Amino acid sequence: MPIIETKNLSYTYPSASRPSIQDISIKVEKGEFVLITGPSGCGKTTLCRTFNGLIPHFYQGELKGEITVAGKNAAKQPTMEMAKHVGMVFQNPENQLFALSVEKDVAFGLENLGFDRKEMRERVNWALKLTGIYDLRERSPHEMSGGQQQRVAIAAVLAMQPEIIVLDEPTSFLDPLSAEKIFEVIYDLNQKLGLTVVLVEHRLDLTAKYANHIIIMDEGKICFDGKPREVLSKQETRLIGVGIPKATLLYEMLKKEGAKLGNTTPLCSKELADMVQEALK
Amino acid sequence: MIVVEDVRFSYPGGVEALKGVSLTVKNGEFVAIMGQNGAGKTTLVKHFNGLLKPTSGVVRVNGVETSRSSVAALARNVGFVFQNPDHQLFCETVDDEIAFALKNFGYEQTVIEKRITWAVNLLGLSQYRKTSPFMLSGGERKRVALASVLAWDPQILVLDEPTIGQDHRQKENLRQFIMQLQTQGKTIVMVTHDVEFVAECNPRVVLMREGKIMADGQGKQILTNSELLEQASIVLPQVAQIFKHLITQGFPLNIIDIYEAKNLLMEKLEKNKT
Amino acid sequence: MSVFDGLKFRKVYSPIHNLDPRMKFIYVIIIFAVAIIFNTIIPLLTLFLMQVPFVMLARVQKQWLRSLRGAMFLASFIFFINIATNFFTQGYTLNAKNIEDAATMTTRFLVLVESFSVFFLTTSPDHLGLALEQTKVPYEFSFAFTTAVRFVPVLAEEAQTIMDAQKARGLELEKGNFLKRIRNYVPVLIPLIVSAIRRSLELAEAMEARAWGATKKRTNLYALKFNKGDYVLLALTTGVLIVAVYTVLYVPVPTIRALLGVP
Repeated sequence: MPIIETKNLSYTYPSASRPSIQDISIKVEKGEFVLITGPSGCGKTTLCRTFNGLIPHFYQGELKGEITVAGKNAAKQPTMEMAKHVGMVFQNPENQLFALSVEKDVAFGLENLGFDRKEMRERVNWALKLTGIYDLRERSPHEMSGGQQQRVAIAAVLAMQPEIIVLDEPTSFLDPLSAEKIFEVIYDLNQKLGLTVVLVEHRLDLTAKYANHIIIMDEGKICFDGKPREVLSKQETRLIGVGIPKATLLYEMLKKEGAKLGNTTPLCSKELADMVQEALK
Repeated sequence: MIVVEDVRFSYPGGVEALKGVSLTVKNGEFVAIMGQNGAGKTTLVKHFNGLLKPTSGVVRVNGVETSRSSVAALARNVGFVFQNPDHQLFCETVDDEIAFALKNFGYEQTVIEKRITWAVNLLGLSQYRKTSPFMLSGGERKRVALASVLAWDPQILVLDEPTIGQDHRQKENLRQFIMQLQTQGKTIVMVTHDVEFVAECNPRVVLMREGKIMADGQGKQILTNSELLEQASIVLPQVAQIFKHLITQGFPLNIIDIYEAKNLLMEKLEKNKT
Repeated sequence: MSVFDGLKFRKVYSPIHNLDPRMKFIYVIIIFAVAIIFNTIIPLLTLFLMQVPFVMLARVQKQWLRSLRGAMFLASFIFFINIATNFFTQGYTLNAKNIEDAATMTTRFLVLVESFSVFFLTTSPDHLGLALEQTKVPYEFSFAFTTAVRFVPVLAEEAQTIMDAQKARGLELEKGNFLKRIRNYVPVLIPLIVSAIRRSLELAEAMEARAWGATKKRTNLYALKFNKGDYVLLALTTGVLIVAVYTVLYVPVPTIRALLGVP
């Protein structure tokens, strides 16, 4: 059974004249690393907000269709119930940390759920270690860099041990190196814990190599849904302005001119370089 | 022309953000200032329009020493577009927003009208002139902010992280727009850590680290030097990464352009076939 | 900005910092009460000096002196107002009694400032929020308190950025008469308010996503508990209170002018 499944999902914000997402039907399997991308305003953030019930509970508005997340009807269950299953990390690290110290922030969700102190302490330490910020646990958020703050946000949802973690452009305020570190932390969680990851991201060059499922949206609809190598080698993906990785693009250009290279579309520089090496042997 | 001579700057709290920076930006140049967060990039460019005055050393813009001039006076030559458009938008309509600076600089009403029309056309905002900036999308708000600065036609344009939160298409539009401004002879200084964007523009790159300039040169040279970039906590652009992996094949080491890369690879693969 | 720097509390470890904030609060209240029951300068001065070792122990002398210096304006105001009222109500004469009374009032004020600043200089906002939580103040209030402390420096920084952005568009904040100057701040205030609203919505969303309000019985990562130091302070404070009450009731405290033999 898929861990996230939507059927003909459409949603209109309260004051909007037309729907932000239309007729979305997707399936996400347990343990997948899903990349959702598309131009600004394509509805990807809106879609994510339905996964933990922020839509329709927090945002009101009109939601049509079916949505099942972790076996629950996300449109009916309140967000605080869904929060146990779906962890959500937002774009701006500054606006999702409330406490005056890192460990207190990581404990926030557990405190809300009424965990006893001993178990809470264990889980907090576990989450801090997994995200590599255990040594920073007593710091205050304004003494930290954006990358560190975003890791706190990840640890904070991780402590609640959800089955799914949804990250909405978590690195758009970060420099490429910090961004890469964040993606590695996420990939690590996906591999080690079998956590289902839904990542919304523009920067495919940094992320395509981690994903095993990619969804491309435009104007509130799904355009492509499938395996990254297949989806990104389609000509149409370029037309809707998705910044596909340079290595993939270069591979396509070379192929078009008749270069003899392997047939698996490369997703990162290393893969393309290896193919060229191979061809030059 | 911007001349920075041995500038040091400390914030009131005591943190020394610039530790002896010297730099000359000639008229019509396109410069990207890169480096990690906290390297002093934004602190440096805030000296160009006098928002910050050097603790020691001198900054001259078109011959005027910034410590002897006001921000308002310097701003007429140096337009500064901040990272987040929401930090400046406050008017009821896009028109008013663009008129704000023009009024501050004391332009006449007829001139203001003309300038607004020019700026909205330049940035494709003409259908939003009477719309509230708060009703627009993020990308559009960014364009309003840019229009409100370009309206007074400053000779020098400083862009602080212009690509943050922008998608691929918006970045491409921005790149073309910058190129267009460059052909008009504008001086453009861009603070960014978006390596791919810089690689596509190939401007002069100034690399900063811990309040000092650690390298200064053409994008092609700087962005392919992996040791240098590592020290500045910047990753190699993707195209350069490919050639780094292919180092044993004898390719030139300064490739960041995808078309150049394609031609080189094609040539090599063809040669190999025969 | 320097006003807000005070709120960027940094973790310091000292015997005083580690005390339970609730105990420190009791201490402040008792000092407060004792300062009020005395009307003579000698016990008040004693009270003032008695707290100095506290400050030394907490190693906050610098900040403490700064807060006293900040209180100096108000202190001298209190001193002169007292002298003036006495002067006008007691037959236009200025004598030693008047001066001593004014000095007594001023010292009392300084004692209060001193104990409050010891409290705030040595109690992290985090601890304070925790103390609020554990003294049955509804969680919403203590959450609002810590969030406010968390975001004041962030907003201050943001206000600076907005001012810079508008100055870069030719806004001159210091230009014009009083009314014009107030109007100059509109381009700064509107973006600041808009951004604060946007920020609070994002915060609310993030709180929802972390199960805000999931249970009635919210738990806490930290627990405040009384340690040895707290009992020592409790003993000391009780001692001070007993001695003070006893003195007020049975020991005639001389005035300085009586000691010096001035009428």
